[in-house]
Amino acid sequence: MLVYALVAGVLFGLYFSLVGIGLNLVFGVMRIVNLAHGDFLMLGAFVAFGVVTLAGLDPLLAVPVAFVVFVLVGVALYKILVPRLQGSLNPEMLSIILFFGLSQVIQAITTIFFGTSERSIPSSALGSIFTTARVKLFGGNADDTGGPIEFFGQSFPASWVTAAATSLVAIAFVYLYLYRTRLGTLTRAVMSRRDEALATGIDVDRISAAAFGIGLGLAAVAGVFAPFMFGSVTPAFGADATVTSFAVVVLGSLGNPLGTALGGVVYGICYMLVQTYLSSWADLLPYVLLIFILLLRPSGLLGRQVRVA
Amino acid sequence: MRHLLLIVLPLLVIFALLPGVYQNHLLLFNFVIFLVLAQGVNIIYGFTGYLPFGYVGFFGAGAYGFAITVMHYHASAPMAVLVAGAVGVALGLFLSPLLRLSGAYFAIANMAAALAVLHFVANPALEDITRGPYGVSLTGTFNPTLAYAAALIVLALTMGIVVFLKNSSFGLALQAVREDPVSASMAGVNVVRMRVIAWLASALVAGLAGGVYAWYVSVFFPDNVFSSDFSIFAIVFALFGGVATITGPIIGVVALYGVYNLIGFTTPQYFQLIYGLLIMVLVLFLPAGLVSLATRRGWRVP
Repeated sequence: MLVYALVAGVLFGLYFSLVGIGLNLVFGVMRIVNLAHGDFLMLGAFVAFGVVTLAGLDPLLAVPVAFVVFVLVGVALYKILVPRLQGSLNPEMLSIILFFGLSQVIQAITTIFFGTSERSIPSSALGSIFTTARVKLFGGNADDTGGPIEFFGQSFPASWVTAAATSLVAIAFVYLYLYRTRLGTLTRAVMSRRDEALATGIDVDRISAAAFGIGLGLAAVAGVFAPFMFGSVTPAFGADATVTSFAVVVLGSLGNPLGTALGGVVYGICYMLVQTYLSSWADLLPYVLLIFILLLRPSGLLGRQVRVA
Repeated sequence: MRHLLLIVLPLLVIFALLPGVYQNHLLLFNFVIFLVLAQGVNIIYGFTGYLPFGYVGFFGAGAYGFAITVMHYHASAPMAVLVAGAVGVALGLFLSPLLRLSGAYFAIANMAAALAVLHFVANPALEDITRGPYGVSLTGTFNPTLAYAAALIVLALTMGIVVFLKNSSFGLALQAVREDPVSASMAGVNVVRMRVIAWLASALVAGLAGGVYAWYVSVFFPDNVFSSDFSIFAIVFALFGGVATITGPIIGVVALYGVYNLIGFTTPQYFQLIYGLLIMVLVLFLPAGLVSLATRRGWRVP
């Protein structure tokens, strides 16, 4: 039981890191609270449905599609919304309300087009591209895959492992972006001191637009796996996903993708332990955890002072 | 005094007379509830700058305070409404450490707190006390006429608090704290105590509103009374009219909730779409509310 909960916690945790990392990036760079984060996750899940049902392909192929599409959407949204918002008196507060409005719009449009029914994808569809490739290259039986994968004598759904592996790759890419590219260095400069970055001649607007796009792209990539990790997805799924992402981001530290990865793993393990031993109280966990972290260790975890009195 | 006579009294008289001429009493009742909630948001957001994204937590806690008092202690309804207010204040005290957080952190923590209270109340493990997710039914106290009257009393109390804040040095001190807490405390304002008082006043009116609401509808589920729509509507109504004024939230409720009911409930997703767009336009183009149209011209708005 314990071993199962721990390993499943790590697998879920890596996935949760991917869920939170886009939110972390957007808040870190722009001080904007993207309350529609979970809704972009939900849209990512719908991209996966599209790839599976319309094209009949492996949902893994939805990952690059979702990423590219939502990076573009993010840059466009940034150009429309953010400059006006940052001209206002209290952008951080108003961003909460603005993105809440956006989240309502996304939910409504998705509901109008797809209805409110729960959608799921058979988990054997995920990773089927590898199976096909292996059968073609090395021969063998196509039926023995999609089954569970064993760790420490416990078996776990293959889709969890795939999601965790993709998350690791995505986090690695975010790390490389932030620490090994010029744009990433500039992004970190904007994160630490927006005014000074502007004063040194950094094109803050361009950096922010890129960060916003990448943030939404990552959310959509995480969304591709949501149907496998949570069973099914409805247009209303976004609100819960947003709160979960906040819990993960707050647990980790802001501006550091490795921090969010850690936060995700800690969250995942807590989640699985509560799920295993106290299942009726599992729903409470993200909220209570979020409040306690905010109250007990806010400045250290979020990288700036948030307590005033 | 002038504000009480010119704004609060006419408002109360209108809502006291309307049930005689207008048939849809539930709608009128909802108007009163949203007036209370929007003014409650006004008290905490308008005067202290804390955005209570989980404001519904107090409302739902009040509703359940009412239900539990009636179910388990067989108290009379007015008594139970007072208990509901007390439950709101108690929850406010319990959550007062959240006031240490600022800006977005407070809003998020408050939202998380409301959701935590919801999942606590709706937990099947507490079925004996709260009836868990299966909802409560309070047919014994059902009396819409009296409940409507009680809602008007709660509205009067809420309006009284806002008028006091608008016209007293206490309210002025709160606004000073909102603008610059450090300078305000240098000027001798007890920052923490003032914030907590405003927070508890806001929790009190939401708790009372929740109790009255439970009395009026008498059958409800946790998801009804903890619906985040209450928080969002109250915030949007207050913002739309303009916070830190007496009239702003009233204008907001009458205008937006009126529109809400004109569009109708038949196609909720179209409504949600229009509403979401409205919120976005509001934030982008009119962040200080409708009253800012008048204040920009130099007119004073109470």
